[in-house]
Amino acid sequence: MKNLAILAAAVVLMSSFITAGYNVGDKAVDFKLQNIDGKMVSMADFKSAKGFIITFTCNHCPFAKAYEDRIIALNAKYAPLGYPVIAINPNDPKQVEEDSYVNMQKRAKEKSFTFPYLIDETQEVTRTFGAAHTPHIYIVQKSGTDYVVKYIGAIDDNSGDATAVKEKYAEKAVDALLAGKSVNPSSTKAVGCSIKWKS
Amino acid sequence: MKTISKAGLLFFICMQTLVSAPVKVVNMDTLLKETTAGKNDTLYVVNFWATWCAPCVKELPAFQTMYTKFAPQKVKMIFVSLNTIKDNATVEKFAKQHDLKPEVLLLDAGNPNVWINKVDTTWSGTIPATAMYRMGKKVYFHEGDFTEDQLKNIIQLKLSEK
Repeated sequence: MKNLAILAAAVVLMSSFITAGYNVGDKAVDFKLQNIDGKMVSMADFKSAKGFIITFTCNHCPFAKAYEDRIIALNAKYAPLGYPVIAINPNDPKQVEEDSYVNMQKRAKEKSFTFPYLIDETQEVTRTFGAAHTPHIYIVQKSGTDYVVKYIGAIDDNSGDATAVKEKYAEKAVDALLAGKSVNPSSTKAVGCSIKWKS
Repeated sequence: MKTISKAGLLFFICMQTLVSAPVKVVNMDTLLKETTAGKNDTLYVVNFWATWCAPCVKELPAFQTMYTKFAPQKVKMIFVSLNTIKDNATVEKFAKQHDLKPEVLLLDAGNPNVWINKVDTTWSGTIPATAMYRMGKKVYFHEGDFTEDQLKNIIQLKLSEK
């Protein structure tokens, strides 16, 4: 009976994890996570930013790898316009060694990342956002002291072939925000690798 | 001349059995057409996976076991790989190495933002994921992996439903 109660509690807890997360229109809470250079990074550090392209990504996932160059390109294009990329690795390195802090540093160096690549050690930020897989992006817009979620989902419509992309969802979203227009679509789906949660 | 062509044909047949064919590529509409065709009481168990997806590969043996267990019943299991179609040889090799018993298909479905919702609107796009179809409609969807018992229970339940 006691076991059953524990089980029930666990199920409730699990489902609260699953249903948690931001929807478009929600206010995102700022975070403070360690970057690959050892420094802590928050959205509040970027005084002149108009918003952020928050990208949950990692080293090991083939889909994340397929998007690395496109994430670099997003930052190159939109950081000067006020929407820098902040990459967050959500995975527990104990589950996947390739996603360890040291390997994040290595990968960032190899690919010459021009944006922060943060580790979410407690996985709290990932849970709060509700990221389900890598890559998974959240575009937020600064509004006074708030960070309003404006877009959730895929970078574009073709993970396998960057040259065959028809819909550049992330770019479209930031372009709309820069033009003061509403984002459409404001959420999309993509195939990705599951988040490797701590066991 | 006739003997040569016969020998040639024989050689061709031998090669066909030695070199297995590439994995069949389907799009989502074709796949759904098969699994939801008419009032068919076969239970279609469609598992979405990829060779690079660790939790997917981990649960494949459970599906293999259930494939054998439910072989006498009206169950059709399909492994739909979400590897890119450029990975056809990789998927083919993997299927052979792991002796995958269910039919293996490779999905060439275009924009995921469109086809993910065709499978299930609650699906985030994370794999593994499993959908089941019977009597012309979807009867079950699950994002995440299975233990052998969980899979057995759900197949039994869905088979027993009228």
